[in-house]
Amino acid sequence: MTDVSLQTFDEHEPQFGDYFALLKPRVMTLVVFTAFVGLLAAPVALHPFVAFCAILFIAIGGGASGALNMWWDADIDAVMRRTAKRPVPSGRVKGDEALAIGLALSAFSVVFLGLATNWFAAGLLAFTIFFYAVVYTMWLKRTTPQNIVIGGAAGAFPPMIGWAAATGGVSVESILMFALIFMWTPPHFWALALFMRSDYDDAGVPMLTVTHGRPATRRHILVYTVLLAALALAMGLTSAGGPIYLATALVLNAMFLKGAVEIWRRDEVMAEADNYGVEKRFFKLSLLYLFAHFGAILADRALETLGFGFGGLL
Amino acid sequence: MSLIRKHEMHERRFSRNLGVGLTLTALIAIIFGLTMVKVTNDDFSLSGSGVPTQTEEAN
Repeated sequence: MTDVSLQTFDEHEPQFGDYFALLKPRVMTLVVFTAFVGLLAAPVALHPFVAFCAILFIAIGGGASGALNMWWDADIDAVMRRTAKRPVPSGRVKGDEALAIGLALSAFSVVFLGLATNWFAAGLLAFTIFFYAVVYTMWLKRTTPQNIVIGGAAGAFPPMIGWAAATGGVSVESILMFALIFMWTPPHFWALALFMRSDYDDAGVPMLTVTHGRPATRRHILVYTVLLAALALAMGLTSAGGPIYLATALVLNAMFLKGAVEIWRRDEVMAEADNYGVEKRFFKLSLLYLFAHFGAILADRALETLGFGFGGLL
Repeated sequence: MSLIRKHEMHERRFSRNLGVGLTLTALIAIIFGLTMVKVTNDDFSLSGSGVPTQTEEAN
């Protein structure tokens, strides 16, 4: 008699990269960079290794909230073209695994940021994870067209956490950095919603394009861009800014306003004629906008360190 | 020809094991580095933890 055994393999065999993709590495670059600027712009110097660890733990915390977001949103991610290939909706990683990784990394990042720097910064990181995973993902995203406006706060916290890691508190400068990202988020995402066309409609996510229509979204982009430009330029006159920041803000806000006016003047017929070229350019410019503003803050702090301080007019 | 044919699944599993191994190694290095930085810092003290420091014991 012969025993024959047939071993079947579970198709569920994720690579390490699939787990890493749960942490939304592209979003993480923004978190890392803005937290880095917040930490270096602060008037208190940290030991370089502690600073490196602080940025790493903030990045891991941001990644953990991304994993929790992917766990909760797997159903709507599967419907949208932009997100259908994410690890959970594509079946490469199970929802339970994403949840476990999200929770474990959240706890790890908060505890270790507290141990490495201070518990105020750790508390701020915990609140950010809670805000993104619970307030934005579980509550706002599916219930209100203001999801991006209020939820944008989650993405705006990293420079405040970086600042708090160095100083142990909050200041006008760190609140202004928060405000800059907070005001930047709506036009950035509404431009994306315009050229992703049916994605949000199909998923039933109440984006402004779905609930109020595209002309209203175009008006909102213009209004928010005007408010953002006013804030960004005013910030150049405070101690958070400096000559490099002011010059950068003048150029980029003029470009951003021009893009917002172009978007406002267009209708869907014009947009479809050039395959949403203006909206796509505006979206790309928005990425450069944020990186350039924070890069300029960093450059001004470097100037101050070299003895060419500006100090701010206000 | 080897007796065990390599399935694509083995490559995915290897990638996962390698990634977890490297992550754990990095974690050890980070905790060790942080500990070294903290204990070699000038203002490091155990006085807050209830463990008497050398100075406290001398008094």
